[in-house]
Amino acid sequence: MRKLIGSLMGLLFLSLSVFAQSKEAAGKVTDARDGSPLSGVTVSVKNSNASTVTAADGTFKITVPASSNSLTFTYVGYQVAEVPYSTEINVRLQVGEKSLNEVIVVGYGTRTRREVTGSVAKVSAKEIANTPATSFESALQGRAAGVFVEQENGKVGQGIKVRIRGASSVSASNEPLYVLDGIPVITANLSSNGAVTNPLADINMNDIESIEVLKDASAAAIYGSRASNGVVLITTKRGRSGKSKIEVGFFTGSQKPTRHRKFMNSEQYVNYFQDASVRRGKYRYRIDKDYWDSEGVTEQDLIDQGVAAFESRMDLLSGDNQDWKTYKTNTNWEDQAFQKAPINQVDLSISGGNDKTTFYMAGQALDQRGIIVRNGFKRYSGRLNLAQKVRDWLNVGMNMSYARSLNERVSNDNAFSTPIQIVALTPTTPVIDPRTGLLAGELDPATGSPSDIFPLYYNPLLSVKGATYNTLVYRTLGNVYGEAKIARGLSFRSEFGIDQLNQTEEAYYGPITVRNTSAPKGSGFYNADAVQNYTTNNFFKYNTTFGEDHDFDAVAGMSFQEQKTMNSFAEAEQFPSEAYKKLSAASSKTDASTSESQFSFLSYFARANYKFKDRYLLALSGRYDGSSRFGKNSRWGFFPAASAGWIVSEEKFFENVKPVSFLKLKASYGLTGNAEIGNFPSRGLWSGTAAYGGVPGQVPSQLANPDLKWETSTGFDAGFEIGVLNNRVSLEFDYYIRKTKDLLLTVNVPGTSGFRTQFRNVGNLENKGFEIALNTENIVSKNFRWSTNFNFSVNRNKITNLQGQVLGSDYNRAMEGEALGVFVSREFAGADPANGDALYIKNTKKSDGTRDRSTTNDYNEAEEVVIGNPNPDFIFGFRNLVTYKGLELDLLLQGVQGNDIYDGGGQYYSASGSNGYDNQTLDQLNAWKNPGDVTMVPEARRGMANGTDPSSRYLLDGSYVRVKTLSLAYTIPSRITTRWNIDRLRVYVRGQNIFTFTNYKGWDPEVNADYQSSNINQGVDFYSAPQIKSLVFGINIGL
Amino acid sequence: MKNRIIINLLALFTIVFFGSCEKRLDVEPTQSVDESKALNSSSDVEAALVGAYAQLGSSASYGGNSQVNQELLGNSNTLYWAGTYQGMTQIYNKAIPINNGFITDTWTESYTVINTVNNILNALDKVDESKRDNIEGQAKFIRALAYYHLVNLFGKSYNNGSPASNLGVPIVTEPTREIGESAQVARSSVQEVYDLILSDLNAAKAKCATGDYGFFASSWAASGMLARVYLQMGDYNNAANEANLVIESGEFVLTDTYADAFPGNADAPSARSNTSEEVFAIQVTNTSGVNDLNTFFDPSGRGDIDIDPSFFDEFEVTDERGSFYQDISGYLYTKKFQSLYSNISVIRLAEMYLVRAEANFRLGTQVGPTTPLQDINRVRVRSGASAIAGPVTLDGILMERRHELAFEGFAINDAKRLEQNVGGIPWNSPKLVYPIPQREMLVNKNLVQNEEY
Repeated sequence: MRKLIGSLMGLLFLSLSVFAQSKEAAGKVTDARDGSPLSGVTVSVKNSNASTVTAADGTFKITVPASSNSLTFTYVGYQVAEVPYSTEINVRLQVGEKSLNEVIVVGYGTRTRREVTGSVAKVSAKEIANTPATSFESALQGRAAGVFVEQENGKVGQGIKVRIRGASSVSASNEPLYVLDGIPVITANLSSNGAVTNPLADINMNDIESIEVLKDASAAAIYGSRASNGVVLITTKRGRSGKSKIEVGFFTGSQKPTRHRKFMNSEQYVNYFQDASVRRGKYRYRIDKDYWDSEGVTEQDLIDQGVAAFESRMDLLSGDNQDWKTYKTNTNWEDQAFQKAPINQVDLSISGGNDKTTFYMAGQALDQRGIIVRNGFKRYSGRLNLAQKVRDWLNVGMNMSYARSLNERVSNDNAFSTPIQIVALTPTTPVIDPRTGLLAGELDPATGSPSDIFPLYYNPLLSVKGATYNTLVYRTLGNVYGEAKIARGLSFRSEFGIDQLNQTEEAYYGPITVRNTSAPKGSGFYNADAVQNYTTNNFFKYNTTFGEDHDFDAVAGMSFQEQKTMNSFAEAEQFPSEAYKKLSAASSKTDASTSESQFSFLSYFARANYKFKDRYLLALSGRYDGSSRFGKNSRWGFFPAASAGWIVSEEKFFENVKPVSFLKLKASYGLTGNAEIGNFPSRGLWSGTAAYGGVPGQVPSQLANPDLKWETSTGFDAGFEIGVLNNRVSLEFDYYIRKTKDLLLTVNVPGTSGFRTQFRNVGNLENKGFEIALNTENIVSKNFRWSTNFNFSVNRNKITNLQGQVLGSDYNRAMEGEALGVFVSREFAGADPANGDALYIKNTKKSDGTRDRSTTNDYNEAEEVVIGNPNPDFIFGFRNLVTYKGLELDLLLQGVQGNDIYDGGGQYYSASGSNGYDNQTLDQLNAWKNPGDVTMVPEARRGMANGTDPSSRYLLDGSYVRVKTLSLAYTIPSRITTRWNIDRLRVYVRGQNIFTFTNYKGWDPEVNADYQSSNINQGVDFYSAPQIKSLVFGINIGL
Repeated sequence: MKNRIIINLLALFTIVFFGSCEKRLDVEPTQSVDESKALNSSSDVEAALVGAYAQLGSSASYGGNSQVNQELLGNSNTLYWAGTYQGMTQIYNKAIPINNGFITDTWTESYTVINTVNNILNALDKVDESKRDNIEGQAKFIRALAYYHLVNLFGKSYNNGSPASNLGVPIVTEPTREIGESAQVARSSVQEVYDLILSDLNAAKAKCATGDYGFFASSWAASGMLARVYLQMGDYNNAANEANLVIESGEFVLTDTYADAFPGNADAPSARSNTSEEVFAIQVTNTSGVNDLNTFFDPSGRGDIDIDPSFFDEFEVTDERGSFYQDISGYLYTKKFQSLYSNISVIRLAEMYLVRAEANFRLGTQVGPTTPLQDINRVRVRSGASAIAGPVTLDGILMERRHELAFEGFAINDAKRLEQNVGGIPWNSPKLVYPIPQREMLVNKNLVQNEEY
């Protein structure tokens, strides 16, 4: 009763206060670092709607209701300051990087870091600006705990894998949801060459103000059914009122492969294969002795046969001569796969505004050559962000961007035409055929057309010369919004966003590529995709404070998203000459198709935050999601979450705990979903793509499952944040466990059904782990500052139930009791010291349950076992930032430890010369030679497949530590630059990926062969291009 | 204050408007159609039949790769595998792990065809009565081809021990709508699978068109296939009768030259219609189908298989077949599959002459108007070889068969039927039988693996 009266009294007091007298406050806001005025700082009165922004000289004036006793000052990138009322207030704002009061963007709103009860990582513009990389995700690498970023290979604009706290699904997507300025963006891969491209590469990294990664269920659950893999919120830059700023940036530099792989030279190759040909004969005689004896064939006959075949093949591969005998030609083919790779980027942005209007406009041109021949990426982009205060109670605005990206691409890693596969060619083959003066294979003097048999395989350089494959994207991303204050503390916001992606892929394969394309007069295709994605968010926001101690805010509303993809494709062959590259000239139109697909989501969401006495925090959220992807029976899903926090350091009893300045305990629990499984997974489908001899036909294409429903993850997170020594040392620790059930699984079904797989809700998996983020200000003095950020994450993924199934086909598997994607194969035991045969450990189960560790040379007799895990044991990032006067040194180390890589190309190039004539890696020189030799490389027997079947022979440790970023910058003192009318002038040199420390024998340990990458298929290297290392020189000018 | 009211109304309106989007969640697929809409009319079922042909023409079924693999398994010194596909190397080496992807594909693709056929047979009531028999016959013909493929590759050969107790492959004759326990079908005996093949082919023989059939399966195609199956079973009487039916139908004539039986130009690959001697061929065009015999045998494809020169030495100088190769730097490649878009012969008239000759000779009968010697000479003379004066021997007939049908996918079945060893491996060795694919063993507990796997 007393409470009720208290509340009523409070209400009465509040309403009375409206009529009470008000008072004035004025002052100036400056930057604590250098005392320079800060314009555009929001000054608001606590417990009131009154607010203003500071002018260009940092000054402000505000009317404060008599009831209010304090003012808050907020400015992006700075700590929030709360200052008691006085008539004159001068405030020095501290830079807020990583501080407890920095503003964190969460779904449909913002919070300060101290109030956040979920788990959110933030990466700000400053950290990633000017990274010489195509797409912003690569700049995230090593910067946020729990966020694992892996680029498939060093081809520009291609797939990047992002895993937030591990993979939560086996068959549905494991990529996070990306939301740009409130609108989910298109991330669908639209590539048609088997290798994934990255639609996020259309976003200009320098337009990004901050990236927030929502990691736990409570932070992400507001995005409901799409939040299982975490949510990445991207906020673009806004203008600030005050003097308009002009920023010009430019960098230029060069790029190289991070690492190379060593192959045999001509002398090594010829001697090795000569010997391997002799050994081939001996081996054939040994295993079929009785047969050969009965045929009257001697061992020497077989040796002679082997050597003769080798020699005639060598003549052929030298270009019909015997130069190979003298090693006269010694081609390093690997070098031929790479090109000079300059990178240039120009940025221009202008921002500013007044107290009614703010704007940010920016343009960028990026011209990046790939390190791989013929590979390149060019992007032009522009952005305009506008915000207008129309009335005191109404704000409207728009954020628009446009990009044109041109990606000059090469084939996927599994194609003979992909440049790195050039390493298979023999070093005795010349790059330029002396008979013709043209590229090897371009012209066979005997036939007058490109050669079918010279060099050893199709020469990828012919594709560089005679083929093009360009992907051109036009992307418009934008939203308009309006936000109106309806009543005190209550406002309504409506957003409407579009994302339109138009992509064309145009490919032309000229006549010289015939060996690869089988089209003697050339072929080509044109593939166009138009993706339209629109989203509307409409929600109420409410916040209030009652009494002294109760803060409450809430968000509730709805969202609707629809995405439609339209594709058209045409293919033709037979061009009149190489001058004609457009399909109109081709005489044989071989294929044409159009297709369309669509999905939609309708959602209702709500969240409430309650704070008591500034120290007890409680948040509840929920989302009710419906999707067109599921059948009517199971269309809707509900995803609630709750979290709580306790800021212990606010308690009285904590006042005396001197060194500890801040301590927060927090915990959360919630449900999230996953629906990323294609658009019609529950339907039984027939497909009309079964023409035969020119007659149209149809066939069953998918098995129905009307009960298919959402995949659900249950997440628990507990952690603490602690600040010591006035928060100079702060530590954040999170432990989490996320269990996924009803996996949306492509389940293998008996092939006798006429189908291979069916989508079912089968199985469970879990991720658990912990994260540490440690930020320290090691030295802070007037001129010298040294700060360190260290993050460390451990995730353990385990599939707990697949109903006994084993999924996956090549090297990786999904199976119960193991992490997703473990490598399963035979265990290799090296060469048999007695005869050089490849040996495998039997690993058959004995009656006592142990495995038989004896060896066999019969591959089939050995049992498959788990031989490795592509998932890392832990990942970390370690950043040091040192500033001394105008100098700034930034060093970021990034590491991935404990993961295995399967070297899929090993069966060809590390095959002890026993699988074709492919050039071999240098380590194959250690092949078994004489009885008694102990080696892991079996005897070289040309063409006799000795140990080339998949096994742990090709499993390698993929751990690495990389100097991700090393940059040295110098800001010329403003007292000098002002003479030139320049506010800020900064020059820098920056290296990306410049050192890599690893024991990996392949090209680069950050790898996953692009043609096969999937949830299950991870950590496979297959002629994959190494990562890019770059060094750029740049300049930033602020006017 | 008026503004506030407008805003409130607007907010309410927006929420209500978009909140009522639920019907927009009803999105129908446009790319594919729901199964309930797939087989509702006669033309729907006819389209499905075309689809079944298309699936029969997939690489792992009758589109070439499986024929290539049967040549690799059935040969050791006549041809050489120089390719890098591990799975095919394993087949050539007769050392096949149970996870061989090519073999898995042959299994799953064959059953994919069978399921489509079962869908057609289940929807025959939708078919116009005038077309019904023909559709049923063709569907059963296709199913028989798929089962013949399966039983010979995954089961012991018919002449190896007791077909009634040897394990064949699972028999599925109903369309799949859902996957339950009943989807885990156990293997039937070799005899039971052969019985189904014979019953399907006899139905096809009775129901397929004998008149205007284009490139689709005809009654003659069913007889041709029956001739092949009976020969494989050692039922020479029926084999001779069925071959005779095809030959004496007058529908087919041997092409003028051997080269004409394998048309197509590597330099300007284009689609073609069936030759005059093709009783049944998988249709390949530049827009549909695939010819993987071209892929692997011909240098215009991957050129992974070269032929031992001793094979061509077996022929007379005038025999066109003895020089039907291209020599690239000492490596010999057959010219049978030069065109990327050439149809894949499944049954040629020449095979029918060879079946009739062999069956008649073995029985000492003369089904048909000509003697085994005359049949053999008919095939020989077409290729420019001299006519044999006689008497003809069984070895002579079989040699002729080897020469005529080389590399077309007959190698392994003939080796087993004729009980000829492959290299050093006995004809009845379990190494010459495909393993049941590992993926299948894992999802079907009722399956029994083959010996030695």
